[in-house]
Amino acid sequence: MSVDVAQELQELKQKVDALEPGAKPKLSMIVFSGDLDKMIAAMIIATGARAMGLEVVQFFTFWGTAALRDAKGSAQGKDFMSKMFGWMLPKGRNKLTLSQMNMAGMGTAMIKDLMRKKNAPSLDQLFEMAGQLGVQIKICEMSMDLMGFKREEIIDYPHLDYCGVAVFLAEAQESKIQLFI
Amino acid sequence: MADYEVTKVLDLKGLPCPMPVVRMSQEIGSIEVGQVIEVHTTDPGSLADFPAWAKSSGNEVLDTAQEEGLIKIFVKRVK
Repeated sequence: MSVDVAQELQELKQKVDALEPGAKPKLSMIVFSGDLDKMIAAMIIATGARAMGLEVVQFFTFWGTAALRDAKGSAQGKDFMSKMFGWMLPKGRNKLTLSQMNMAGMGTAMIKDLMRKKNAPSLDQLFEMAGQLGVQIKICEMSMDLMGFKREEIIDYPHLDYCGVAVFLAEAQESKIQLFI
Repeated sequence: MADYEVTKVLDLKGLPCPMPVVRMSQEIGSIEVGQVIEVHTTDPGSLADFPAWAKSSGNEVLDTAQEEGLIKIFVKRVK
């Protein structure tokens, strides 16, 4: 009895595809937290995933959005609440603090010093690497509006875009991995 | 005795996670399919990470060796 292996393989492939519709080697990640430790984890996972050959899309929302502020950026024409938020929230990734053991900034300084000594990449280096590796960053429009951030205050990043929840869900739906950080 | 020839040595000493696999993924394209890169790293996580990276990227870890404070990983480009 002869078996057409090529045809059987083709049929099997179709069945497997039907079982996992659209699951691509992609990582969709929500970056909700504006804590230094969680941001480091998010960026290490994102750059690592690109090294693994995964497509990576990061959605920055809520407190995470503040990490994307340009330290030198400013915007005109803000209302009182937006200005308040602007003063109170960290101005960029280098102003983030630890989620635990911050101890009025002492803990954060100690971790940063330790990371330097251990030669671990800083957030600056991680963002630069993410840009080179093609990690996509999408920012939640509603968070921008809520926090009163304007686009001219956001960092220059090669793969940056603005979006709403539907874009995240559409990306997440076809991703093998979804994370919320 | 290893039955393969090393085409290139990649020095990643002193670099912690995630740098070794990131650099590996950038360098794999610099050799031809079938050729071998010898990676030097001091990150102990690399021993587990490189096989995982290879499996995911469709390449092959041929061998690993640990010397005093140095890990050597031999990676073959498969595709």
